[in-house]
Amino acid sequence: MTESNNMLEIKGLTIHYVTDDGVVRAVNDLNIAIGRGESIGLVGETGAGKTTTALGILKLVPNPPGKIIDGEIFLDGEDIIKKSEPEMRKIRGNKVSMIFQDPMTSLNPVMTVRDQIAEVILLHEKMPAAKALEKAEEMLMKVGIMPDRAKDYPHQFSGGMRQRVVIAIALACSPELLIADEPTTALDVTIQAQVLELMKNLKEEFNTSMIMITHDLGIVAEICDKVAVMYAGSVVEYADKLELFKNPKHPYTIGLFNSIPDIGNDVESLKPIKGLMPDPMNLPTGCPFHPRCDKAKPECSEKIPAGYDIGNNHIVKCILFNQ
Amino acid sequence: MHKYILKRLLMLIPVLIGVTFIIFTLSYITPGCPATMTLGETAPAEAIEALRQEWGLDDPFIIRFVRYVADAARLNLGETYATRRPVMEEILTRFPATLQLAVMGLFISVLLGIPLGVISATKQYSLFDNLATIFGLIFVSIPNFWLGMMLVVFFSVNLGWLPPSGFETPAQWILPAFTLGTGQMAVVMRMSRSSMLEVIRQDYIRTARAKGQKESVVVWNHALRNALIPVVTAVGLTFGFLLGGAVLTETIFSINGIGRFMVQSINSRDNPVINGGVLFLALSFSVVNLGVDILYAYLDPRIKSQYK
Ligand SMILES: Nc1ncnc2c1ncn2[C@@H]1O[C@H](COP(=O)(O)OP(=O)(O)O)[C@@H](O)[C@H]1O
Ligand SMILES: [Mg+2]
Repeated sequence: MTESNNMLEIKGLTIHYVTDDGVVRAVNDLNIAIGRGESIGLVGETGAGKTTTALGILKLVPNPPGKIIDGEIFLDGEDIIKKSEPEMRKIRGNKVSMIFQDPMTSLNPVMTVRDQIAEVILLHEKMPAAKALEKAEEMLMKVGIMPDRAKDYPHQFSGGMRQRVVIAIALACSPELLIADEPTTALDVTIQAQVLELMKNLKEEFNTSMIMITHDLGIVAEICDKVAVMYAGSVVEYADKLELFKNPKHPYTIGLFNSIPDIGNDVESLKPIKGLMPDPMNLPTGCPFHPRCDKAKPECSEKIPAGYDIGNNHIVKCILFNQ
Repeated sequence: MHKYILKRLLMLIPVLIGVTFIIFTLSYITPGCPATMTLGETAPAEAIEALRQEWGLDDPFIIRFVRYVADAARLNLGETYATRRPVMEEILTRFPATLQLAVMGLFISVLLGIPLGVISATKQYSLFDNLATIFGLIFVSIPNFWLGMMLVVFFSVNLGWLPPSGFETPAQWILPAFTLGTGQMAVVMRMSRSSMLEVIRQDYIRTARAKGQKESVVVWNHALRNALIPVVTAVGLTFGFLLGGAVLTETIFSINGIGRFMVQSINSRDNPVINGGVLFLALSFSVVNLGVDILYAYLDPRIKSQYK
């Protein structure tokens, strides 16, 4: 199978939330590929469907209301959509693990941090409980927490420290793929840098492939090899990091770069994208970006554009690049 | 933690004095002369007056109250008006049955209510959940005495499976314990359900699933340990209802507990028995709630660090 060269390959992933008010089309025909040891930045505004995509990869989209409608997710060449729940349990926390957005709420308040790390080790590795506790303390050391804090509870730690514990849980079983969902959004700026540095080092130490979900292009510049820009549930532009930063093509990506404040520019030169991201319960026809796009043509509202490869493995989902 | 427990035990003293004061005031202001009721309306006035003197009924309220508290501190609760036997002794022979009944009711409400609530929550809006909701509402609304009588009619009179009264053999325990426990079981079930629904949506539950943990462990360990925290507090109050309910249940099933004893004593205005009984009920309620608070700290490390 050709897919087996990639760590992860997602084809045509579509995820809906069926609510009383209507169907939320959170992820729409999403395509993405991640090579072994590669890190990819998944960038997009709040509500673009980033978290839903991540939960989809673990098959943890809350159901109800969420449902994977269509698509294939090849992990190491095997389609996990077809896998049973017991098979998925062997993958979660082991081959693929996830760091969640809010460290203040993602740890169990009634368990010591050591027990929470040991839990994932015991689930996936055969060893006596005492050994797992020892390994949990080693993991704490790796993320910079002294073992004398091992028996403390989450409420005794700051946000940054808690996120380190979450990272220790995620990396405890040396996953091949790590999904980090805005791991630093909830942290203070100074702590953000520390946590990012830690993740970068550990990722290299464990040789993990990574999906870094963020809306911060600075983080992408620092950590990622590739970038996928997400808009209204699908990837609209995908390229190597340098290529994308130097040569953004999709009108949405260009708009995104123009709306970043920069020390060199003053605020007046910012050009925010006009309008708002569409409500995923009520997506426009055709290209979902066309109502906000300066370069929109009549046909943009008629057909959802395909992804066009413009060379250098740079893919743009915009009709302007259909040559 | 030890310091906290000691502090709580010391706090029992003012609580019990306060309870005594209230019940003492109530029996003081209730009309009717105990001496007359004991000797009968036709007894000679001198005999009644002599008895009033002996029981100190003509002393000022405050003196009687202080005398009672001082005696109670030495575990002397006075004599019953009716039999002239020590109240302490009379209560101690009856208290175990009441306590056993209340504890059995507590076990029924907790051991059935919590699992049923958890299952309801994990299968929200399923047939099971809807049936549990309906039966829960029914059990909460049915008065104890009516449920007790219906159970007797059905299981004792019609089917002849269980004895209709008494509390000596295990077969005799079943109907009273269920009569007492079902209402609170429904309360505990509803509370466990809503607490569980709240917890199951939390991020740390998602974290547990993302570790590859089995759903059963996610629910019965990760979620339940958190969901129990508010439920445990409610269970302490539940025990108060059960002690109160025991009074009625003992009457229905002719159980020789302090509830029934107190009801009889209220009819004959036997004040020392009423005071002593209330004191015992208040003491057991306080002790159970202290136990609940300790359990609470054990369940929630965030509380534990506050107990100093
Ligand atoms: N449990 C849910 N029920 C209904 N809608 C949801 C649920 N979770 C997310 N959504 C909706 O799906 C869309 C995508 O959300 P999400 O994946 O969280 O985006 P992002 O992580 O990029 O901010 C949003 O419109 C959000 O409101
Ligand atoms: Mg998100």
